[in-house]
Amino acid sequence: MLRRIFHRVRDGVEDRTGLLEAVGKMARHLVPPDAKWWYVFGSATLCAFMIQVISGIALAFSYIPSASQAYSTLQFISDDAPFGHFLRGLHYYGASAMVLMVGLHMAQVFLFGSYKFPRELNWATGVLLLGFTLVMGFTGQLLRWDQNAVWSVVVGAEQAGRAPFIGKWLAHFTLGGDTVGGATLTRFFAIHVFIMPALIFAFVGLHLWLVLRHGISEPPKAGKPVDPKTYRQEYKELIEKKGRPFWPDAAWRDTVFCVGMIVAIAALALFIGAPQLGKPPDPSIIAASPRPDWYLLWYFAVLALLPHGSEKYIMIFGPLLVGILLIALPFISNRGERSPSRRPWAIAAVLMIVLMIAALWAEGVKSPWSPNFKAQPLAPFVVGATNGPVFIGAQLFHSKGCLNCHLIGDDGGRHGPDLTDVASRLPRSQMILRISNGGVNMPAYAANLTPADMDALVAFLQTRKIQRR
Amino acid sequence: MNESNNNNTQSGQRHAPTPEEITRRRFLARLSLVAGGVGALILTVPVAGFILAPFFMRTTEVWRSVGKVDSFKIGETKAVDYEDTSPLPWAGVTARSAAWLRRVNADTFIAFSINCTHLGCPVRWLAEANLFMCPCHGGVYYQDGAVAAGPPPSPLPRYPVRVQNGEVQIQTAPIPISKK
Repeated sequence: MLRRIFHRVRDGVEDRTGLLEAVGKMARHLVPPDAKWWYVFGSATLCAFMIQVISGIALAFSYIPSASQAYSTLQFISDDAPFGHFLRGLHYYGASAMVLMVGLHMAQVFLFGSYKFPRELNWATGVLLLGFTLVMGFTGQLLRWDQNAVWSVVVGAEQAGRAPFIGKWLAHFTLGGDTVGGATLTRFFAIHVFIMPALIFAFVGLHLWLVLRHGISEPPKAGKPVDPKTYRQEYKELIEKKGRPFWPDAAWRDTVFCVGMIVAIAALALFIGAPQLGKPPDPSIIAASPRPDWYLLWYFAVLALLPHGSEKYIMIFGPLLVGILLIALPFISNRGERSPSRRPWAIAAVLMIVLMIAALWAEGVKSPWSPNFKAQPLAPFVVGATNGPVFIGAQLFHSKGCLNCHLIGDDGGRHGPDLTDVASRLPRSQMILRISNGGVNMPAYAANLTPADMDALVAFLQTRKIQRR
Repeated sequence: MNESNNNNTQSGQRHAPTPEEITRRRFLARLSLVAGGVGALILTVPVAGFILAPFFMRTTEVWRSVGKVDSFKIGETKAVDYEDTSPLPWAGVTARSAAWLRRVNADTFIAFSINCTHLGCPVRWLAEANLFMCPCHGGVYYQDGAVAAGPPPSPLPRYPVRVQNGEVQIQTAPIPISKK
C-alpha cells in the first residue's frame, strides 16, 4: 500500500519535473573501464566542499559577524555550544582536506595529461577553483577574528598595497577603511560566506558540465598521443565498446574514499579539535606574532626568504604569473603524449613543486627568521661564570636582544648565525667588527654599546667554543 | 505565437523569415537586451557603490589624548593606545590603535607607528637594546625608526604628536601601507 503511494507520488513528480531521468542519465554516463582509484580526488574535493557548506551553515547559526562580537561567539561555539568544538574542528579539517584534495586532483590530472585536448577548459576552471579554495582558506582564517586574524588582515592589506597604481585603494578595500575596524570583518564574512561559495558552486557546475561533455579521461597509455583530429572519435569508440556506467561501477570508489575522508576529518575534529582561539582582536595588543594556517605557511616562508627589495614584484606578480601559467598550460600544450612515463619533465615538475612547498612549509613551521622574544637569560651552567666580564657579557647578550636572533646551545633564536661555537671561527677583532658594524640582517651596535659593554660581550663570545676531542 | 505560425507553411515546414520579421525580431531582441541592461544597471550601481565605497572614503584625522605629560619619563619609549578616528558602533576592541611614544625631553615627544614597513606586523621595542624588532620576518629599526636590519623597505613612519592642556595627543592616522 505504502509502496504503491510512494511510486505514484514519485511517478507524478517525475512526470512533471523529469529530474530522475536527467540525474539518472548523468549518473549513468559511461566512463572508461580502468578509471579507478586515481580518479577519486575530484569527487573528494567536492565532498570536502560539501562538508564545509554543511558545517559552515551550522556555525552560522551562532556566529555573529560583528567586529565586537565575533570573538565571543566563537568562544561560545568552542566552549559552551553542544557539538560546537566538534563543528569548528570539522570546518577547519574540512578546509584542510579541501586544499589537500584539490592539490592531489590537480597533480593527478597534470601527471595523466588529462588537461590536454579537448579538456583544456576543464583544467582552466579547475585552476580557478583552486584559487577560490585558497581565498576561502584565507578568509576563513580571518573569520576566527582573534589577534592572529586581525594582524593577518593587516599583512594582507600590506601585500595588496604593493599592487601598481591601485595598491592604495586595494589596501583600503581590504581593511574596509583606513584601519582595522568595524567594517573589516563584515566584508570578509560576505566574501567567505556568499561570494566565494557562489563562485565555487557556479564553477563546480561548469567543471562538472565539462566533465560530462568531454567524458572522464581514460588512463594514459605510453605511445598513444593525443591528436585533436582523431581523439574525439577514438574516445567515443572506446566508451561505446568498453565504457561502464559511472553509477555504480565507478561511483562506489568515490563514495568509499569520501566516507573514509569524512571519518578521518571527524576523528581529527573530535580528538585534536580546531585551533585554539588566540588573544582578543585588539590591534593595540602589540605582543603578536601573526601566522597563517598550515596551508599558507609555505607562502609565509616565501615572503620571509625573498631577497630584500624584490618583495614588491614577487608578492603581486608572483601569484599572478603562477595563475596565468597554470591556466595557459593546456593552451600551450594540448596534444602529444599523456603518459607520465613519456613525460619525465611532468613528473619532475610535480616532484619539484611538492618538494619546494614541503621544504618551504617546514621552514614556515620553524620560522627561523622570526626573532625569539621568549628567550630567557642564559642559565649559569651555559654561561660558565657567575661574575666577571663573561657573566656581564652573557647578560648583555640577552638584554641587547642578541639572544632573540642567535642560538647559544639550545637557547635563543635562529634568525642569525648559531653562535654556540663562534669562538672557533671568529677571532676577537672580527667579533668586534661585526658587532659594531652589523650586516644585512643585523643592526650595528657601535652606538649602542660602551667600550666596557663591548669588552664584556666579546669576552662572553670568546668562551663559546665546543670542546672537541 | 503568430510569428511561429507565420514561419510555418501548412505542411508544417519552416520558411525563411521575411525582412520585416527579421527587423521585428531584431527589435525585440535588442529591446530585451537593453531593458535587461537597464535593470542590471539599476541594481549594479548602488550595490557596487555600497561595496566599493571604502575605496573612496577618506576620514579626517583627529587628535587623541594618550596620557598626561607627567606620566611619561624622559627618554622612555612606551606603547600607548587610543581610539581610531571614527569607529563604527560595532567595532568593539578593533577600534583601538597603538603607537610607540617616546618623550625626548620636557616638551618634545616622538610617536612611531607600530606597523613594520615590511608587511605591517606589530614591532616591539627592546628598551635595553634601543631597537624596534618585528616578530614576523625579523625586521629591525634603530631608535630613530631608521632601518637597522632585515627586510623593511623604509623607516618606521612617525605620527604627529602635540601637548595640549598637559595632555599628550597623537594624531590618528591610517595604517601605513608601504609602496616599496
